[in-house]
Amino acid sequence: MFEVIFLQFLNGLDKGSAYALIALGLTLVFGTLGVVNFAHGALFMLGAFCAVAFRYFLTLETVTVDPTKLSPWGQPVEVREPLVQAWFGDFGAWLVNYSVPVSLLVCIPVMLFVGIAMERGIIKHFYKRPHAEQILVTFGLAIVLGELVKAFFGPNPHPQPMPDTLRGAADIGSWLGMRAGVITYPWWRLVYFLFATAVIGAVFAFLQFTTFGMVVRAGMADRETVGILGINIDRRFTIMFGIAAIVAGMAGVMYTPLLPPNYTLGMDFLVISFVVVVVGGMGSLPGAIAAGFLLGILQSFASMTQVKAIIPGIDQIIIYLVAVVILLVRPRGLMGRRGVMEA
Amino acid sequence: MAKFITSRRTVLKGTGAGIAALSTPYFFSKGAWAQDFCNNPTGSTVTIGLNLPLTGTYAEEGADELKAYELAVKHLNGEGDGGLLNVLKPSALKGNGVLGKKVQFVTSDSQTLSDVARAGATRMIERDGAIMITGGSSSGEAIAVQSLCQELGVIFMAGLTHSNDTTGKDKRRYGFRHFFNAYQSGIAIAPVLKEAYGSDRRAYHLTADYTWGWTQEESIKAATEALGWETVATVRTPLGAADYSQYLTPVLNSGADVLILNHYGNDMVNSLTQAVQFGMRDRQANGKQFEVVVPLFSELMAKGAGESIKGIFGTSNWHWNLQDEGSQAFTKSFGAAYGSPPSQAAHTAYVQALLYADACERAGTFYPPEVIKALEGFEFDGMGNGKTLYRAEDHQCMKSVLVVRGNENPTSQFDVLDVVQEVGRDVTTYDPSIFGGELGDAEPVPTCS
Amino acid sequence: MTSFMSRKDFILFAGFTIVVLLLPILAAPFGAAYPDLLQRFMIYGIFAVGFNILFGLTGYLSFGHAAFFGVGSYAAMWSFKLLSINALPALIFAVIIAGLFALAIGYVSLRRSGIYFSILTLAFAQMSYNLAYSVLTPITNGETGLRMTLQDPRALDRLFFEASPGAPVPSIFGMSLSGWNGFYFTALFMIATFFLAMRINNSPFGMMLKGIKSNQNRMNYTGFNTRPYTLTAFVISGMLAGLAGALLVVTDPLAGAERMRWTASGEVVLMTILGGVGTLVGPVIGAMMIKYFENIFSSFNANVLNNFYSFLPDGVREVMVTISSKFVGEGWHLSLGLIFVLIVMFLPGGVMEGVRRIAASFNRRANGNKAEARVATAPAE
Repeated sequence: MFEVIFLQFLNGLDKGSAYALIALGLTLVFGTLGVVNFAHGALFMLGAFCAVAFRYFLTLETVTVDPTKLSPWGQPVEVREPLVQAWFGDFGAWLVNYSVPVSLLVCIPVMLFVGIAMERGIIKHFYKRPHAEQILVTFGLAIVLGELVKAFFGPNPHPQPMPDTLRGAADIGSWLGMRAGVITYPWWRLVYFLFATAVIGAVFAFLQFTTFGMVVRAGMADRETVGILGINIDRRFTIMFGIAAIVAGMAGVMYTPLLPPNYTLGMDFLVISFVVVVVGGMGSLPGAIAAGFLLGILQSFASMTQVKAIIPGIDQIIIYLVAVVILLVRPRGLMGRRGVMEA
Repeated sequence: MAKFITSRRTVLKGTGAGIAALSTPYFFSKGAWAQDFCNNPTGSTVTIGLNLPLTGTYAEEGADELKAYELAVKHLNGEGDGGLLNVLKPSALKGNGVLGKKVQFVTSDSQTLSDVARAGATRMIERDGAIMITGGSSSGEAIAVQSLCQELGVIFMAGLTHSNDTTGKDKRRYGFRHFFNAYQSGIAIAPVLKEAYGSDRRAYHLTADYTWGWTQEESIKAATEALGWETVATVRTPLGAADYSQYLTPVLNSGADVLILNHYGNDMVNSLTQAVQFGMRDRQANGKQFEVVVPLFSELMAKGAGESIKGIFGTSNWHWNLQDEGSQAFTKSFGAAYGSPPSQAAHTAYVQALLYADACERAGTFYPPEVIKALEGFEFDGMGNGKTLYRAEDHQCMKSVLVVRGNENPTSQFDVLDVVQEVGRDVTTYDPSIFGGELGDAEPVPTCS
Repeated sequence: MTSFMSRKDFILFAGFTIVVLLLPILAAPFGAAYPDLLQRFMIYGIFAVGFNILFGLTGYLSFGHAAFFGVGSYAAMWSFKLLSINALPALIFAVIIAGLFALAIGYVSLRRSGIYFSILTLAFAQMSYNLAYSVLTPITNGETGLRMTLQDPRALDRLFFEASPGAPVPSIFGMSLSGWNGFYFTALFMIATFFLAMRINNSPFGMMLKGIKSNQNRMNYTGFNTRPYTLTAFVISGMLAGLAGALLVVTDPLAGAERMRWTASGEVVLMTILGGVGTLVGPVIGAMMIKYFENIFSSFNANVLNNFYSFLPDGVREVMVTISSKFVGEGWHLSLGLIFVLIVMFLPGGVMEGVRRIAASFNRRANGNKAEARVATAPAE
């Protein structure tokens, strides 16, 4: 029984990492700009497609048609030569192997650009407008981004292999002195957890220890006063939006080996990430992180057969049930402030 | 633009019908059928309605089916290379349309949602005058549209639907299915599993928590237990659960040595990918190699699962690599038109269109009860699945089923599956009464709108 | 008439009634004049008008209204199965059940406001959907959807009639409700709902709701308890959603779980915003637009496009077909999303605001500046 519970705990941490990363970006945007961004899930999806696109270019092939041979469907056989290996040799092969982590480097500038374009192009006009309209315009934007990705990449999922060295599962049990093969957990999921912790740590450190972060935190607390002090808070907020987009995008890139992405990925994560943010308390960064892990762990345990035997169907509704209970018992979520988002 | 022209008949009906249609529905006796029934084609053309998921999760299957229907319509009208028209035996098709009328089609996007599928089918029947509805890529959708067609008196030729219920508990007189079902998957795959993995196995089922998942779990469980396998547990997973980790970890120490994934579409792509990452295929359990089985998958899903599908057993309705004359002809014809081999969804769609047309020719009329009679008990050959019978009792095709395996060394991006065995019709035939259900009557023919 | 409703309202109501009843003719040039689509216009119109009573008047954005729609469908279907194929008991039963459901969910959700309220309603609706799809299959028949069968008890019918042969079809006192009858049946309810919404809008109750929207705190400070008012609006709105759900089952006898999903809740929000939130006619227009997109726009396949552009030379035609096909046919969601974003950005009042602006600019041209002042002060409908 111990190993089952321990594994479920690991699953919870792993799920929680993804939830926390998405909720983190969502809360950054809300805390700084005061905007409820329903397109945040779409940013996660765009990040994942950065990895897809990067790999697509890495695996481009030269196609030569061999007219002497016919395929079973009556077309001339195509002979394909991978380009990157031809140009870069072993380094090319290494790049293809490590395409997912390497595409993080691609994702950062792309997502920064997307984030800033979104903020300057659309979100900017909605600072003074009601939250309901912010929800609506970003919801529309999420539809458009999803459909654009579908138009380019098609509706089917795109599998992204992880690097060879990280394939398979780590035998955690044997580290703890147990029999081999009792507690094994995929390497990549462990990597994802570490990655999430690092990103969360970096964002907190950035806000805590840099002047930029200090100004932003001050702006989150009292935007007008900071503005009066002569600091261009708008510029910084725009950059914050870009950073939130990068966090969402990186979370998406690293998630691709676990879940082959397709264009609905954003919408799939949208509802859950909002529940996480609201449970944590709108505008509270520690709240978002805590709620992410809490919901991840609860969801894992609710899926156990033993639990489902007592309450049938609990794994289908646990997330929403927790949201309802927390919102009724603690009206502003776990760590929210009074008066936020209630108008 | 043709779409915007509404016939005068519809408009007149619209204005007057509110009062006029208070009268009780009147029935057409058999002698009068030549005159009027739902969408009796009067001009020089006949319209069929294609109800396909063009958006949503199964959009790729939908797109492939659409290509197949376009091809079928061309061939029926005598254009192109004629495709399977040349190999269907017996055939009443002449290549000049159906009953001398040129075939046209209208489409509708079902979004893989039952409500939308019904709305689309109704539009094509009420507005566009479709004589027959065909397509679809999920069982919920097929069953919903099939019962609608029964109410409106229009024949429905089902596309991709694998649930036992389509021609079992929810069968309808106006609905026909060429695709195989979960029960046949079970019968077909069991002997292959026995040969590959032995008869002393302990299986763990993960099942998508909805009707299709349940029927498949039931069928596969029955078939494997008949081999002597033991079922350790059957666990239900929510539909569309992106992360399956919390369902996969309990498998590891459960004492099972086979994992059976009763998932379809993206659910299957995700659960299989993740199962492989949990080291399921590198494990030893009970002194044997741990194995994963996916009872139903398609080429498109295999592509989505990528590396993970290699070496996994499953079943398919048809595969383009079959060597018989019909399969070859269809693959050539489809490949020439679109540059890629057809999927099993495309094949079943194409065959359904041809079979309907052929039945009309044999009946000599579009009158649905006569066409139904022509299809019921019809035995044909040459369409790629060997000798096939459209069984009268449940409108299910009895034919051979393929056991396939993820290709270890694909030679092209289309070459993702290997055909392991073609399981003959004598094996896959079963007693129609085991699923119950009632077809209902063909007559009196309901009148649409 | 003046004591009952103002002249302006009467004209609006009469105009609306006439337009609705003439839809079979008016919609013909758009290729929408067939009973099934017109029924859906009516049904989703009722749904959106009901939603607008909550969102438009009180400002509470519910993201879970599809739950009431679905509950109404299931309740009506069970009435068909257990009691009678007569539509009347089914509708009454559905409205009551949906009302009770809305009362329970509203009572809990309205303890919070703003986005917390939205998330609570969303959570309840998602729970209903997930359970209906899986664990509650004995009641909902899961993915396949709940349908009538020959074996249903239909206790009331069996009391009076012999079981009739053939599949049962919903009717009203013996009159079948398929085809055009179904349209006129739903149209009556649409008109009645519109009338109800108009009455609420002009009543003291409606004024109170608008007061809550503009400033709830101030209302609370005056020592006034707003909860009973918002809850009443929530329940009315839920009952109308239930009515719409039941009507969908009456005209198309199948109740599936998908209509409770959160995307379905999002759809009614889209409808209301597109048409014009807070207006009387707007939600109906929005509902028609979305259903038209879903049913007609999505059917423009490559064939249709080729015909449409047939006047162009071959090369140009192919380019045009390729570009257009991204926006119609399977790409219709993209057009919908784009239109929606543009409307929220530039026309927050939806189509109705656009109409008003155009009307205002015409008036200005005709009457000079005098009219402009009048339009500016005219109250929003």
